[in-house]
Amino acid sequence: MRIFIKSFLIYFLFVSFQAHAVLDIKITQGIEEPIPIAITMFGWSQAGRVAPIDIVEIITNDLARSGRFNVMDAQDLPQNPTQFDAINFNDWRKLGMENIVIGNLVLTDSGNYDVSFRLVDIYRKKQIAGFRIPAKPGLLRRVAHQVSDIIFEKLTGIEGAFNTRVAYITVKKNKTKKIHTLYIADADGYNAKMLLESPEPLLSPSWSYDGKKIAYVSFEGKNSSVFIQDISTGKRVRVSKFEGINSSPSWSPDGSRLAVTLSKDGNTEIYVINLITKSLKRITNHDGIDTEPTWSPDGQKLAFTSNRSGNPQIYEIAINEGKPKRLSFEGTYNARARYSPNGNSITLVHASGNSYHIAILDLNNGYINILTDGPLDESPSFAPNGSMVIYATTGRRGGQLAAISVDGRIKQRLGLHQGDVREPAWGPFLK
Amino acid sequence: MSIRILFVIGLAFLLLGCSKDQVKEEEPVEVTDLTANSTASDEDSAQTYGAEDDSSSTFSQLDDPQSPLSVRIIYFEYDSTQISSDYRSAIEAHSLYLQQNPNTYITLEGHADERGSREYNLALGESRAKAVKQQMLLLGATSNQIRLVSYGEERPANDGHDDMSWQQNRRVEILY
Repeated sequence: MRIFIKSFLIYFLFVSFQAHAVLDIKITQGIEEPIPIAITMFGWSQAGRVAPIDIVEIITNDLARSGRFNVMDAQDLPQNPTQFDAINFNDWRKLGMENIVIGNLVLTDSGNYDVSFRLVDIYRKKQIAGFRIPAKPGLLRRVAHQVSDIIFEKLTGIEGAFNTRVAYITVKKNKTKKIHTLYIADADGYNAKMLLESPEPLLSPSWSYDGKKIAYVSFEGKNSSVFIQDISTGKRVRVSKFEGINSSPSWSPDGSRLAVTLSKDGNTEIYVINLITKSLKRITNHDGIDTEPTWSPDGQKLAFTSNRSGNPQIYEIAINEGKPKRLSFEGTYNARARYSPNGNSITLVHASGNSYHIAILDLNNGYINILTDGPLDESPSFAPNGSMVIYATTGRRGGQLAAISVDGRIKQRLGLHQGDVREPAWGPFLK
Repeated sequence: MSIRILFVIGLAFLLLGCSKDQVKEEEPVEVTDLTANSTASDEDSAQTYGAEDDSSSTFSQLDDPQSPLSVRIIYFEYDSTQISSDYRSAIEAHSLYLQQNPNTYITLEGHADERGSREYNLALGESRAKAVKQQMLLLGATSNQIRLVSYGEERPANDGHDDMSWQQNRRVEILY
């Protein structure tokens, strides 16, 4: 209960400052047998003073929100040991607890912090993981997410993706116009930062693989242009403003090229901009619609949407050869592909009847597995660990974000308290 | 009339055929540094009107509600760029007007409904605008009189999420 009240207060303060930006993440469906875990109160070197952040709360929220853990309530903890030797294994075993996390936060002489923690297997009385991570004051939240990542990986076998960021676009309606804003936020919704605000539409944010830049489409000046913006400095460059459509940016894994859709030659085609030599190479050549290019993780291919067969389907083309191969065959609408990090599957928008769903196309067997209920789901992208897909869904309150595990068993809703939110893009691992 | 339509269809095939044969190219890209955020202008919020007394001399065909020129929005079927024959007289009238007024310029603004992906809808909006432009070119307008822009699903005429709204959003607007 105490954790609940505390989190509510902190949350409330935060909301009052950045009401339009904070994502409120709720798990709406988890797995049937979540892993039990207890996270005990961390020791704090400056007893009597308030700790700069509540690390336990951040870790608790990360793990609970993943849908894979059942985190014990703080009031039910039988003890709060801060050293391995102080753990009373019998007390924990009686409660059926399998894993506990203990830790310490220390303010160092230099004014920085040391975060140390141990993940302990109660039944084997053994430490599963133990780390000490130094942190500058501004990076404590990130370190807490790193702790969550380590715990998550040790207990599920899946690389954690808590220490990552998400880009998204919000739309607020004034009396006369709409305000479009591009944000990035931590994967738990905190630290939302505005990158751009415009009265004209913004869409298709795309992360560079190093997580330092975002490409996007902006309609400022009454036509679409593709921009690249440096996240830390806010400086940006317009890389494409041809006549007609300039859209759908997708970064090459090495960061040297950007695939885009242009209609300057009379028709939407896919091109690759070499950001170093500033040259442009045309990739597709068909009088139908070719758009939504996305780079394969090995950097060799682009998947894209084309209606050359009569309705939108996903195709793949090798960048150096140029014979497109059709990848999707089920259904009459498959669009907006994004590769999984291992390149074995693609997430896309799949329509059946009048309903639009997020689906995964298995590239080994060609099967399409529908993950979401619709009716208007769009813009899917994989988390960098490949375990979840984030997407936009249209509900009663307008556009909202949601995430679903690739097996469909875990669902989260990432909502704003007001306004529309759309076009999510999950960023890479933070190094 | 039927000969004219055949001619139109023939020309359309010729145009489509040409676009297929384009070769790959390498060309420089314009890179503009916009460090000092370029302000996004919003000029269409206000419009001024003249109030001259002798209206008969300035009255334009464009303002005549009886004229087929008063049709300024062409609606489309789902995921389609086909122009219904209902709009033939309107498109003919606009083309003729452009032919007779070579210093007049229009923008064809293509739109799509919200269903499906945004970028595909952006391309679909442009394909719709392009289909209207092609008909106008065949009927007398010249290419430099017509500018195309697509907003895809980003600027719906109706913010609803139902068939009626979607119908109103799948459109090309003719803007003088």
